[in-house]
Amino acid sequence: MTMFSDPRWTEAASHLPDYLGSHLRVSLAALALGLVTSLPLAILARHRPLLRGTMLAVASIVQTVPGLALLALFYPLLLALASLTFAWFGFDFSAFGFLPAMLALALYSMLPVLRNTITGLNSLDDALLEAARGVGMTPPQSLFKVELPLALPVIMAGIRTSAVWVIGTATLSTPIGQTSLGNYIFAGLQTQNWVFVLFGCVAAAVLALAVDQLLALIESGLARRKPLRTALGGAGIAALVAVTLTPVLARSSTTYVVGAKTFAEQYVLSQLIAQRLHAAGLTATTREGLGSSVIFDALANDDIDVYVDYSGTLWVNQFHRKEIPPREQLLAELKTLLAKRNITLLGALGFENAYALVMPRKRAEALGIHSIADLATRAGSFSIAGDYEFFSRPEWASLRNAYGLNFRTQRQMQPNFMYAAVAAGDVDVIAGYTSDGLIAKYDLVVLDDPKRAIPPYDAILLLAPGRAHDATLQPALRPLIGRIDIGAMREANLRASGNNANSSPTSVARWLWQRIEAGH
Amino acid sequence: MTAPLICYAHVSKSFADGAGARVVAVDDVSLDVADGEFLAIVGSSGSGKTTLLRLANRLTDADAGTVTIEGEDVRNIDPVGLRRRIGYVFQSGGLFPHMSVADNIGITPRLLGWPAGRIASRVAELLALVRLDGDGHRHRMPHELSGGQRQRVGVARALAAEPRIVLMDEPFGALDPLTRDALGEDYRSLHRQLGLTTVMITHDMTEALLLADRIAVMRGGKLLALGRPAELAESRDAYVLELLRTPRRQAERINTLLPGAGAA
Repeated sequence: MTMFSDPRWTEAASHLPDYLGSHLRVSLAALALGLVTSLPLAILARHRPLLRGTMLAVASIVQTVPGLALLALFYPLLLALASLTFAWFGFDFSAFGFLPAMLALALYSMLPVLRNTITGLNSLDDALLEAARGVGMTPPQSLFKVELPLALPVIMAGIRTSAVWVIGTATLSTPIGQTSLGNYIFAGLQTQNWVFVLFGCVAAAVLALAVDQLLALIESGLARRKPLRTALGGAGIAALVAVTLTPVLARSSTTYVVGAKTFAEQYVLSQLIAQRLHAAGLTATTREGLGSSVIFDALANDDIDVYVDYSGTLWVNQFHRKEIPPREQLLAELKTLLAKRNITLLGALGFENAYALVMPRKRAEALGIHSIADLATRAGSFSIAGDYEFFSRPEWASLRNAYGLNFRTQRQMQPNFMYAAVAAGDVDVIAGYTSDGLIAKYDLVVLDDPKRAIPPYDAILLLAPGRAHDATLQPALRPLIGRIDIGAMREANLRASGNNANSSPTSVARWLWQRIEAGH
Repeated sequence: MTAPLICYAHVSKSFADGAGARVVAVDDVSLDVADGEFLAIVGSSGSGKTTLLRLANRLTDADAGTVTIEGEDVRNIDPVGLRRRIGYVFQSGGLFPHMSVADNIGITPRLLGWPAGRIASRVAELLALVRLDGDGHRHRMPHELSGGQRQRVGVARALAAEPRIVLMDEPFGALDPLTRDALGEDYRSLHRQLGLTTVMITHDMTEALLLADRIAVMRGGKLLALGRPAELAESRDAYVLELLRTPRRQAERINTLLPGAGAA
């Protein structure tokens, strides 16, 4: 029982209605759309070998695209589409969250249904098809009265496979803004909260099994002509649909949505913001685990209301600026750039989370390496590790140009594991984050950047265009401006990376607020 | 003799085989079936007899020649409507495995939009006609029936919409001899009782002789001979005589083995 007395279980359980409801909603909608598309397509293609081959090939190719990539691709696709419809027809739609997730999952669901429907229909006994014509059935009557009922077990097997796939893959819709059981998994992985990871996996598996069993019930009811079974299974699915619809009704339109990217600091800060809004009597929900390319567009489109970004990230990645002005100047210019897109830069939180080249203190001292310039002379025999995006970011190109860096090897790593890896000597240098608490924990040192190749990365609070003149939101958030120093953030991040009862983002955010208050 | 109910005039039909060549299944066949007649078409497999049967209800269409049903060219009749007014008994039943006996029998009336009450009483009537009443057969599934029972349901289904014409494709071929004989006799009396016109395909000359009024012999797509049994016996065609030899020898043998068998 001690295991379950861990407050993280209670916290995980408290998210369940939201996460499970959203997960179900997007999965069932995707399944329904997938079925409505693939069943007619399969029926149309069964006697047309060319169409059949093409369709199955396309569906198979879609299947080989990793789920995460497929979901991620739908976001820019829909954004482009939305801007087209806006330009041509004067309306646009949200390319964030539900829609791209549902479309990608629907596409993903098609292969098993297509394949099984075609196989089921094409493997029927010719004598029975002849009998159907012989007793005077029209082709549609033959299809609905004979072929589909007889192929039903094979078709249902396809539908069940596809249901299990969709429910499993829907956990990957978190980064494009669709809340799902994946929120547990992404948050858990980033903050080393294994309770969350486990909770998310088990919940998704139980959901998949439950839907599969309900479909099996419908199938056996239809196959054995037991209407009660069919009705029970149907009622089960209907109940699930009803459950998914209630949170929609319950959601109030005045809820503020706080966004967070995919790393621990962002989870903590989004909880901190949400807690401040609650304290001000506002309702707030968090939308966590968003990809860095998704989150800014989501804010610009009012899909989320507020989040924390970093000045250098926006400067380089969003506005593609090459020159790097001093910190204050960059911040001022950024504020103007953002204002042109109606985004409010409310202020800087007071700390920087910059990319920095980091190595063990003792080794750096022994080798006389104090700055990146010192490092450059030895880089040829060194290996470097960075997170998944670092080596494709402009900052890396700028670093290499400025210092002529040329490492022996470069590797990509899960950020949580980089620090331990460099401390253990598995790699020589890592591209770490200055606000990470692990720098102190592992006795690492941040190398100077005398040529200022890496821009400053002040943590800044951004508000969506729709909240620019919100008189209740801004006062609630102002107490955070300039109040979080690098020491506080590092310790918060260190706490969040722990694996104990107090390491959930919510608890850490509470601790951080206490520390902010105590500082004054 | 009354006007022919089914009439084939110079009908030909060929199919593409797998290798791209064309195989002639029915080759310039002309044949009349009179109202109330029971015609058997005899031939080995590949003789074109099934194709000839399928031309009558447009399960397949002729390349050349004309098929008329009740005086009307079938090309001018909607094939679906045509099939609903012609009974068809399939080899080994062709029952729909997901439908009960009653649903199988009532399928054509249902397609024709009969009211439920009329279908139910028609199903009961047919079950009695094919001697499947009692025992609660109507709610059974086809896989719960014996081969003979399945074929009885097949006959009942063919008769359900009160057709004048019944086409039968080797209906009793897969049954054991006793069942086959009983079913043949039962059908023969139904044919008479209901005033049907029946075309039955069989590869068994004995069955044809015992059941049919006239026999058509097919080989290689051509109609070799057509006539009453006595007329066939006068044929000079070697193949026709060959076909008749087996039943004749069997009859003689049975006569010697079972004294009095030929007394009737």
